[in-house]
Amino acid sequence: MNRNRKPLLPILSFIVLSGLQLGGLTAFAQGPGPRIPLPPIPLKGDTTHTLSKHFTVASATQKAPDAEGFIQRWLVLEPVKKDIVRNNIFTDNYLRTTFSADNFSSDYTFVPKNGETVNVGNQALKWYALDSKAFNFNLYHFTYALNKPKYGILVWLVTVIDCPEEIQNVRMAAGCNSGSMWWLNGQEAMLLSGDRDMIADNVTSSRLTLKKGRNIVRGAVINGPGMANFCMRFLDEKGSPVKNLRIRIE
Amino acid sequence: MKRMNASCLTTLFALLITQTTFAQIGRPFIHDPSTVAECEGKYYTFGTGGGGLISNDGWTWYGGGVRPGGGAAPDVLKIGDRYLVVYGATGGSPNHKGAILTMWNKTLDPKSPDFKYSEPVVVATSDGYEENDAIDPGIMLDPTTGRLWMTYGTYFGYTRLIELDPKTGKLKAGNKPVDVAIVCEASTLVYRDGWYYLLATHGSCCDGANSTYNVVVGRSKKITGPYLDNVGRSMLQGGGKMVVATRGGLIGPGHFGHIVLENGVEKMSIHYEADLAQGGRSVLGILPVVWKDGWPIAGEKFKEGTYEIESVRRGYALELAVDFTRMAVGPRGFGQPNNDPIKPAPAQQLADVQKNWPTGPIHLRIGDYMSRPHQQWTITDAPDSTGYLGGPYYKIVLAGTDRALAATADAEVITVPAFTGAPEQLWRIDQLTDGTYRIMPKTVPNSGKKLALVSSGDSTPTLAEFDYNSDNSKWNFRNH
Repeated sequence: MNRNRKPLLPILSFIVLSGLQLGGLTAFAQGPGPRIPLPPIPLKGDTTHTLSKHFTVASATQKAPDAEGFIQRWLVLEPVKKDIVRNNIFTDNYLRTTFSADNFSSDYTFVPKNGETVNVGNQALKWYALDSKAFNFNLYHFTYALNKPKYGILVWLVTVIDCPEEIQNVRMAAGCNSGSMWWLNGQEAMLLSGDRDMIADNVTSSRLTLKKGRNIVRGAVINGPGMANFCMRFLDEKGSPVKNLRIRIE
Repeated sequence: MKRMNASCLTTLFALLITQTTFAQIGRPFIHDPSTVAECEGKYYTFGTGGGGLISNDGWTWYGGGVRPGGGAAPDVLKIGDRYLVVYGATGGSPNHKGAILTMWNKTLDPKSPDFKYSEPVVVATSDGYEENDAIDPGIMLDPTTGRLWMTYGTYFGYTRLIELDPKTGKLKAGNKPVDVAIVCEASTLVYRDGWYYLLATHGSCCDGANSTYNVVVGRSKKITGPYLDNVGRSMLQGGGKMVVATRGGLIGPGHFGHIVLENGVEKMSIHYEADLAQGGRSVLGILPVVWKDGWPIAGEKFKEGTYEIESVRRGYALELAVDFTRMAVGPRGFGQPNNDPIKPAPAQQLADVQKNWPTGPIHLRIGDYMSRPHQQWTITDAPDSTGYLGGPYYKIVLAGTDRALAATADAEVITVPAFTGAPEQLWRIDQLTDGTYRIMPKTVPNSGKKLALVSSGDSTPTLAEFDYNSDNSKWNFRNH
């Protein structure tokens, strides 16, 4: 989400100006007193820029979804830097235009290789094959670990899903902070527009078919201020998570 | 930086164009309000930036509250004979480094000689790297254990739960934070019927009428969670069932606070990010809490209109005790062929029956609802500046007339020929936790008793002490 949190500066400006001009008659103008400085706050954990805190490097062995069906293995491209002030700019049209323009490949079945570098505009960006240790894939953690920009970013995602048999009438289900778009086997599956929170199953696709064998999922997540983040899984026709899948990166 | 500049400009602009409005009294402008607390007959709430609002009756709010320390998003809870005030030292700093402090006061009235805050103590911090912002605290005293709990956090990562010492307000020795939700703000806990409810705000704030703030809830049998929503989704996965969202021109509700007035009468204090009727400014809101199927939802501030007033006891309707006037009987002849054209039959009109009514006071009864003029009541905000927590007093008159519902000195209820504005003709209407309503006169003449409109037997309205456990005390407003 894009939150211009607790606008203290405007409020303090308001207090000062109220005192000067109005005599102050609102809650904001009632003697706030001095704001105390923050006490010393020791660091509570490891702040080094390392992927291993929240991710493991994806192995060649296939990986099942987690116990709730969430896909934790992704090829993740280093962030495309974007100048985004507020997340409520993520309209359908904005997302389609941006994802089309800031794209590494218009072939939505293309599967990059771990460590490969691709160009997006004039930025050379590297792919990482990672397993998230959580149900979600926290892109803030990813970019922090790489010491790359954490806010105002677009991140491309790819994963490969092996399905032991064809499954019809599944739905892709995702939540993200803040906007995203998803493709399955080269076809657009869903669009998450607006200033969204990372909420499991926040948006689902129309009914899809997972082919027997290899299925390629492409995603793009974009975020301004706040913590870029997403989670994704497939739901069967009864709404239960699809777990009989194997995830790989090539 | 663009955001800061824009915000400053917005503030300056708002200041310039609203000086006249701000100079008026009784305007509830606040952001991130604490739970409304009662102290010595007055109501208080504190907001971001310091200070707060005071109300003599819970309806009309003024500035004047005093909370030192600046910062943001306080909460307040009465524990024993003291008030514990808790607040974030920052307003959600860009680096997510923050601290939450607690302090005590014997009174919330800044004019009281007892008004003095204790030295604030730090109970939670965020170091700028962890997935948590140490702001937006909410506190709850567990009625089953007497233990004091605080949740805090924002959209930046997790909402966390810690335990405080209810005697000192300090962090309980050895306590470690527990993650209970993600991407929430302004959380607080409520206990009810064996469940702990975590209420929190999702969406975006601080963008005026574009703010998407809304309050959601999950529940757990254990204070430490997991807090699940109505579809079984954990709040650690973003789950949450809607409690209150934007309503009309009141946009972006957030910062839920729970107020239990008495059994069956509960309210929530919130702010709206923007009230379009008041220039889009952030305002305090108070709504009834309704519990439906074990979940809290926002009730409705009573809407003016013309209603049947239905007794929950049997479903009969409040009516003038006047002669029943028959309507013309329509075509009869059941089973007989009738090819006459079908024409609508006119409803009975007030003018058809009013001429036969007494001109002085008329008693009331409760009877079968027949959609007749003596059963229709027009309820409007009374021309009176006073109110109660969450609403104004209402004038209740027979539709199309000025004949007003009034309490009598012998604790009965009648109608008088004309509304005079006397306090016994002013009515408080509270939506109850089951969604029905309580109707109370502002005063009962020559009586200090707090009485409500009740149904004695099926057919006799009277005034008596309110009993939430009895349907005699409950009413519905039907708009047919």
